[in-house]
Amino acid sequence: MTPAPTLYRGHEGMWMWLVHRATGVAIFFFLLIHVTDTALVRVSPEAYNEVIDSYKTPIYGLIEAGLVAAIILHAFNGLRIIAVDNSTWALRHQRKLAWAVWVIFVVLMAGFLPRHLMHVFGGA
Amino acid sequence: MTAPELSTPRERIRSGRMRRNAERWSWLFMRFSGALLLVLIFTHLFVNLMTGDGVQQIDFAFVAGKWASPLWKVWDLLMLVLAMIHGGNGMRLLINDYAHRPRVRTFLLWLLGIAVVVVIVLGSLVIFTFDPCPLDASGDLLSGVPDFCKDVR
Ligand code: HEM
Repeated sequence: MTPAPTLYRGHEGMWMWLVHRATGVAIFFFLLIHVTDTALVRVSPEAYNEVIDSYKTPIYGLIEAGLVAAIILHAFNGLRIIAVDNSTWALRHQRKLAWAVWVIFVVLMAGFLPRHLMHVFGGA
Repeated sequence: MTAPELSTPRERIRSGRMRRNAERWSWLFMRFSGALLLVLIFTHLFVNLMTGDGVQQIDFAFVAGKWASPLWKVWDLLMLVLAMIHGGNGMRLLINDYAHRPRVRTFLLWLLGIAVVVVIVLGSLVIFTFDPCPLDASGDLLSGVPDFCKDVR
């Protein structure tokens, strides 16, 4: 039996909910690692620099780009959630707001990615 | 268009404890901390990844330079505490949604609680006890310290 259609299932709200969950979990696990690697400044400058140097390699450079992408999506979709919960105007325009999140995402990534990739792949 | 239909929601999980307004506070906290985190994190990412040489500039001396200013210490501390509580509370919602067996849920919630406390304590200790100019056993500056250490000594 296929589930009955609802206002929610399969529409923007559902996909944005999934994006919000997935990015939230990814950022959380990254944060556990990130606090631990930063803690190496209390071990010695060499220990910290050695680990951070591996973050400057192409593989990690791409992972960092993915994390920045996840944070941008989670942050602006978070603002959309807050708006939709608090204003009937936003609720009425929630579909447009979901697309606005993606527009902001593309604009910010366009500003960030080229510069970041130059830092990572530009050699230095 | 046919009228949308909502099927019967799942039975509410009862904790059996008296925390009448706990979920309301959780809901409010997620929104206030989220808005604040947006400002804290985007500034953090911009300063560390966009200014200067981006990731390439990050090393011990870079961190020491930032934490020479109390502003960045407070900034990073606030970001650490808010992000861990916000993220930890978010993970709690996921555990409540997906871990149906009571013992598994209890175990995961404890694991999460311990992880959140350990990371907040570790991160705070690092910020509060940071030494920008550490010495080796014979009393010389270790290599990799920022240039200002030579002037201070
Ligand atoms: C950058 C600024 C951020 C904003 C504006 C933001 C906003 C939000 C909001 C409003 C919610 C509640 C959603 C709801 O109740 O339906 C939420 C949930 C969540 N957030 Fe954030 N957040 C931010 C950063 C973070 C960070 C840094 C982490 C990880 C450490 C994180 C992890 C989570 C998780 C795991 C959830 C639960 C998702 C769910 O229940 O589906 N968030 N966020």
